[in-house]
Amino acid sequence: MPDSHAASVPHAHHHGHDSHAGHAGHAVAHQFDDAEQQFGAATLGMWIFLLTEVMFFGAILAAYAIYFVTYVDPFEDASNHLSLALGALNTVILLTSSLTMARAVHAAQTADARTQVRWLVRTLALGAAFLVIKAFEYGSKFEEGLVPGIGFRYDGPGAAQHELFLSFYFALTGLHALHMIIGIGVLLVLVWMARRGRFSAAYFTPVEMSGLYWHFVDLVWIFLFPMLYLLGRH
Amino acid sequence: MTPDPSSRTAVNYLNVDYGVRSWLLTKDHKRIGFLYLVSITVMFAIGGLAALAIRLDLLTPAGDLMGDDTYNKMFTMHGVAMVFFFLVPSIPAVLGNFLIPLMIGARDLAFPRLNLASWYIFILGGGITLYAVLTGGVDTGWTFYTPYSTEGSNTNVTSAALGVFVSGFSSILTGLNFLVTIHRMRAPGLRWLRLPLFVWAQYATSIIFILGTPVIAITVLLVAVERSLDIGIFDPALGGDPILFQHLFWFYSHPAVYIMILPAMGVVSEIIPCFTRNKIFGYKFIAVSSLAIALLGFLVWGHHMFVSGQSVNASLIFSFLSFAVAIPSAVKVFNWTATLYKGSIGFEAPMLYALGFIGLFTIGGLTGLFLASLGLDVHVHDTYFVVAHFHYIMVGGAVMGYLGGLHFWWPKISGKLYPEWLARVSAVIIFLGFNLTFFPQFVLGYLGMPRRYHVYPPEFQVLNVFSTAGASILGFGYLLPIVYFAWSMRYGKVASANPWNAAGLEWATPSPPPPDNFAETPVVEDDPYGYTRIDPGEELQVA
Ligand SMILES: [Cu+2]
Repeated sequence: MPDSHAASVPHAHHHGHDSHAGHAGHAVAHQFDDAEQQFGAATLGMWIFLLTEVMFFGAILAAYAIYFVTYVDPFEDASNHLSLALGALNTVILLTSSLTMARAVHAAQTADARTQVRWLVRTLALGAAFLVIKAFEYGSKFEEGLVPGIGFRYDGPGAAQHELFLSFYFALTGLHALHMIIGIGVLLVLVWMARRGRFSAAYFTPVEMSGLYWHFVDLVWIFLFPMLYLLGRH
Repeated sequence: MTPDPSSRTAVNYLNVDYGVRSWLLTKDHKRIGFLYLVSITVMFAIGGLAALAIRLDLLTPAGDLMGDDTYNKMFTMHGVAMVFFFLVPSIPAVLGNFLIPLMIGARDLAFPRLNLASWYIFILGGGITLYAVLTGGVDTGWTFYTPYSTEGSNTNVTSAALGVFVSGFSSILTGLNFLVTIHRMRAPGLRWLRLPLFVWAQYATSIIFILGTPVIAITVLLVAVERSLDIGIFDPALGGDPILFQHLFWFYSHPAVYIMILPAMGVVSEIIPCFTRNKIFGYKFIAVSSLAIALLGFLVWGHHMFVSGQSVNASLIFSFLSFAVAIPSAVKVFNWTATLYKGSIGFEAPMLYALGFIGLFTIGGLTGLFLASLGLDVHVHDTYFVVAHFHYIMVGGAVMGYLGGLHFWWPKISGKLYPEWLARVSAVIIFLGFNLTFFPQFVLGYLGMPRRYHVYPPEFQVLNVFSTAGASILGFGYLLPIVYFAWSMRYGKVASANPWNAAGLEWATPSPPPPDNFAETPVVEDDPYGYTRIDPGEELQVA
């Protein structure tokens, strides 16, 4: 395999030495002319996918915003059912995981397989921690009788709108958690690939694309946290 | 190494491997287009049989053929199968898949594996929906309006909604693949303003796929979740708003009409120059109007909700914007008509469909303006006038375009010629059958017959009998191409590389094309549609 294509990959170190030549991940697929075209296609594809995701979350966030404007007081009250401490902790965890993900992308281009794996595993652990905390939050909602549909027991003022708020809470955080689970699955694949020495300055597209996805999921949470947890605090 | 196009033993995408595995695991965009062709034909047959049942039931004012519930399930099945599993994927997934790489001089789409995945997702979504139909059916109509779909109906709404949700991802992935391919894989010299108009149309359609489909996906998902887990996003008892569902639903489903019609417009823009031997008139206007339709189309959804309790101010704006979106559509119609001017027009089957498209789409579009008018809509809303209008667009427009495209590119797809004479007869039968079916429905609707009822006052019977007679003719007309296309695969005359003397890179490959499309990446040096006008007595020629 010619190693000249290394120079055409953005961010690549121009050392022109390709120690992993021959791996399937390295080859330019038959429909592409060169690695640059392949990388450009992957990047554009990922951004378009994220645009789709924006519309996906955007639709339900718009619905939520409309209801919030209609039911300001009960929604602000209902927001106090959520645990600010756990929400804030999860925000910190996710922001940190974006940092470790960025380091993983960097390591994929510059470092050895062990370092790559280390940053990926840290990201993975933080993502898992987020989900564990989320599960505890869901559990306590269940105990407090705040799960819509099955055993919603709150009967204070504006109880119906409280249930509506919590319906959105579960729908939004549930969708987000689903994206986190998919992200963790993707990270597991990356760890496996990194251990087999698949990534180098010449080829790190999967890590970079997964990084974009991970940051996006993080960003969604940055919207969800204030919109759900901080409504009732003045 | 260059395969000889005239040689019958040359390796092409069809004969490269005959195994079932080689089809089910193929990553070749041409084979995946073919897989879609077969799958959506099955869905078309299911939706068509439901339509036939509806029309037979409407023969008599009392609706003697079936009960109320069965009738509701029939029109729901018809709508769901035809909209989500036939019309939306039709031209993009079959012809777009097959043609885009060929037209831009690429060896495949950017993501072949993703392309195959999108077909499997389509099959999964279709399977879930068929399961919903076979285990009792759905009766909400294809629109799944809340609160009927969330609380009222006791039919299989949840699984049908999930089927639609799943199949949405097939659209999204197809759109993503097309956008990346058109951006990144064009042959050297193929600048944006040299792209065939079919590619422009697919580009605009793909934008709708990726921006609109996620909205319907989350919406039907919320309906499914509300039914199964009792969370109350649209539940009025909790202060939820069923009208919000309509907003979200039409935010996708109005643009979905352009998902159906834009690709058909792209097909017509290819056929007309070829069969008039003229350069297309107003290339840039046609190209840009596709984008204008795609973007403006996202701003008009409220015209479905003039009588839903939407504010008058909102309705005024939606009405105005709906009129505005007619402008780029009219731009296309005028440009096609101008292309016909002084052309040497041939009336081969693809051209018959293209001409049919122009006439029927114009009627459908203009009656759409009746419906976009605030006052008139109150009278004809939810009547057969609406049904006639959107069938002129979706069947008279989209299906005509699809059939025209299938005929035009069939020699390329199959390597065989279809029987031309029979095809022309079928096109005429379809045109006549279509008008006999749907023109009476304009009158019925204007007289006040509501849609989705199967019992009606006796004075409406004559027009309903006309409509049912037309539907039978139309159904027969559709059967013919299915039969002779299948027949021609085996017995048709061998097609040359370019039987229409058409311009365009896809005709520079052998028929059918080899697995990798082009032996060498072509270099494009000219604008598209290099047809030169023929004066009487001159030979056909392509520049
Ligand atoms: Cu509309």
